[in-house]
Formats: sequence, C-alpha cells, structure tokens
Amino acid sequence: MIRVVLPAHLRALARVKGEVTVEVEGTASVLSVLDALEAKYPMLEGTIRDHATRVRRPFLRFFACEEDLSHEPVDAPLPEAVVNGKEPLLVIGAIAGG
Amino acid sequence: MSTVRLLVGTRKGAFVLTSDGKRERWDVSGPHFAGWEIYHVKGSPADANRLYGSQTSGWFGQIIQRSDDGGKTWFQPGTPPGETTTPEGMPKGDSNKFTYDTSAETGKPLTTHQWYDGTQHPWEFKRVWHLEPSLSDPDTVYAGVEDAALFRTTNGGRTWEELSGLRGHGTGPKWQPGAGGMCLHTILLDPKVKGRMFIAISAAGAFRSDDAGKTWKPINRGLKSQYIPGPEAEVGHCVHRIAQHKSRPDTLFMQKHWDVMRTDNAGESWQEVSGNLPTDFGFVIDVHAHEPETIYVVPIKSDSEHYPLEGKLRVYRSKTGGNEWEELTRGLPQSNCFVNVLRDAMAVDSLDKCGIYFGTTGGQVYASADAGDSWAPIVRDLPAVLSVEVQTLP
Repeated sequence: MIRVVLPAHLRALARVKGEVTVEVEGTASVLSVLDALEAKYPMLEGTIRDHATRVRRPFLRFFACEEDLSHEPVDAPLPEAVVNGKEPLLVIGAIAGG
Repeated sequence: MSTVRLLVGTRKGAFVLTSDGKRERWDVSGPHFAGWEIYHVKGSPADANRLYGSQTSGWFGQIIQRSDDGGKTWFQPGTPPGETTTPEGMPKGDSNKFTYDTSAETGKPLTTHQWYDGTQHPWEFKRVWHLEPSLSDPDTVYAGVEDAALFRTTNGGRTWEELSGLRGHGTGPKWQPGAGGMCLHTILLDPKVKGRMFIAISAAGAFRSDDAGKTWKPINRGLKSQYIPGPEAEVGHCVHRIAQHKSRPDTLFMQKHWDVMRTDNAGESWQEVSGNLPTDFGFVIDVHAHEPETIYVVPIKSDSEHYPLEGKLRVYRSKTGGNEWEELTRGLPQSNCFVNVLRDAMAVDSLDKCGIYFGTTGGQVYASADAGDSWAPIVRDLPAVLSVEVQTLP
C-alpha cells in the first residue's frame, strides 16, 4: 500500500480528505503510483501529468523522504520507506507569489 | 415574473447571481470551484438548466464542469457513453481531455505558430477560454482553446474532438499570441444560416465556416493593424471580441486591439466605426437585445495602460451601429477607477428594457436595467472577473 499526499485542489477534485492510498503491483515507481492513482481517481487524469504527453506538469513536483524525485526517471524504484508505507509520496504544487 | 441569472467566472471561482425581472435585488451563490480560474460559464439556449464551465489552473490543467440544475450542483461529465465509472463510483477524466487531432482520417499535423520573439513555437494546449453551447442541442458545445483551436462535444461534455480544419487552415505559422496567450475567445453560431459560424483568435483574426466547422476562411479584409508587419494582412490581427444580433447575423461588430469595426456582409469586408470614442482600444463589445443597431463598448486607455481614461469608468453606447457614441456614466465611478473589463465580461439579457451587465478586474459586476442609462453594482468585491454571461428565464 502506497500513501500519497495530494495538493488541496486535487483532493477536492477527487472528493477525498487527507492522504489517499493505492496498491501497486510489481516495482513501485512514480509512474506506477500515478497509473494506480488515476485508475482509482480518474478525474485526476491530466491534472498531474499532461493528458497527451503524460509528462509531469511543470508546476508540480514529487517528493519522498525529504528527497526531490521530480527529475528522476519516472520508472525508478521508490524509496523503501514509501513502498512499505512508512512515508508518503508527496505531490507538491509549486509555491508562487509573495 | 422573469428571472435573470448571471454566470460570473473569476480568477478564484465561479459565482451565480440571481434576481427577478426588476433586477434590483440579487442573490449571490459561490464561489463554486473555489481557488480555480473560471474562464467561462455559459448556459444552453436549448435547456436553461444545462450549464457548462471551464475550470482551469496553471498548476493542474483543464477541468470541464457541468450542471443540470442551473448551477446548484456540478459534476465532471467525463464518463464516456457506454463506459462505467470506477467501482467507487468516480467519474472518468475524459471530459478534461483536449488533444489536438493529428490523425490521418480527420486531423491536421501539429505545426508551429509565431512566438513573441518572432520564432516559431510548438502548438500546446493550455486552457479553454470560451464555451459556446449549440442553439438547439444541450449536449453539443463548442470550445475555444489556447493555443488556438476549436473543439466540440456532442455528448454533453463527456468527450471533446477537435475541428481541426481551423488549426490546419495553413496560415497557422503566422498566428501569434496576444498578451493573454494565443486564444480562441469568441464563437458565434449563426441562427439563420445552417452550418455557419464565426470565431475570433487573438492574434490571428476572425474566421468564418459555412460547413459546420470543417473548413474556414479568414474574414479580416478592412482591418488595419499598425503593429504587425503587413497592416492589412490576411491574418495576424488582434481581434478582441465580436458580437452579433440574432436578427441580423450578417452584421457583426468587432472590438479590435485598436479600432471598433463592423461588417454587414458576414465578414467579407469591415469598416471602422470608432467615430467619436475617446479611445478605440478595449476588449468588450455587445449588442442590445432588441435594437440591432444599438451597441456597447467600454473604452480602455491603451494597450499599455489597461484602465479607463482619466480614472472614469464609462460605457459608450451607439444607437446608430457605430460612429456616433454617447457616454454612459450614471452610477459608475467617475474618479480613481483603474480597472479593466475583459473580453468575455459583458452580456445583455432579453427583458424589456434590456439589461446590460459587465464585470471588472476589480471584482465589481455592474448592472443596468434600463439599457445603459443608469448603472448599479450587484457585487463589489469578487475576485477579478474574467467572464459574465446572462440567462433570461421565464
């Protein structure tokens, strides 16, 4: 079970409060977690990665275990602490403004 | 007594303002989709309770919202016909998918357009600026998007297909973004000639289709734009808005970047009708519901100073189809007013007397229940207003 923390606007779209969880078969990666997330909450398709290109939206980042995973290969294995549910995968919206 | 319902899109959500036919007291509901940019909300002429909204974000992309009860409740209509929702009952996200059609069967290759620095730039979908429901079918809606293209749904917003003939017109590499982006912002469906529609793009110009969007013709003859290399070029003009009266669909009125224009032959040629306007820069233009030669604009100082001249918010009305304009100021701030009125932020109701409405970047929505003679704010402190539409309900 992978824990995922979404930005507030995406929690509202998915009609959830707090963290969400997804099940991933095989190697857990950003790619497989996003696939599972969109399968469970299809209204999030296109909001984290572009509908057409499947590339991460430029103002969103992925963090886990205090590491920025945004520029890692999307199929790279996630840290063990995320895989075993001790730590969440964070989807973070860029902070802009004063 | 009739009811008037205003659909207001703002930088931070949508608002629904409702009044009876007197248009003196208003109920305000919202924000709907709080915190999101709502570029446009519009109701179906064929079913007043069917509303469509464009919810968008620089962070999270494009969402389409739909209401079947006049804006009380909303949902994403994304589950395609014949498919089911997830086991948890979640709708699918296909309603948010705007993918340029590059297929061999119906599409056009994805080309480039001119960028601000004159180089060529890839076509990239960013958001839906304008939603135009069909005049007769509540499930059919046209969407004008950035980067400029026209999409259509025929299943109530569940899925969208590009009418690629416009983007693939061949002049695309000469189109360029205005300050707000390369947006298709105006869609007019001809109420008399079947299959005829008009669109406008900033900054490409106006186009007309006579075959329901399959093929397109630039209709910019007579426009003169000193800020482009060929002032009278076929395309490249920064058209801000086009308006039409349903009784005379061949007559169109245009607020261009600079200049107010009109055509009486469905865009084959345009004439300037700026006349005695104090400045002919602006964004909105609209037509009185019952007087096809009475039109309204809000002059803005210039393209580098997006606010009214002298800090006085003035609507200008022409009862002669242009050239002769009168200023309308009663009830509008006449000092220290430095707001803008964006291109989709004016609308007229169909009551008698005709009601005129507009929203400002300062968050005010002004209403006139007497065709512009006098004005009063409905609300003063909304987020910056992006769009205003009105429904006149029995």
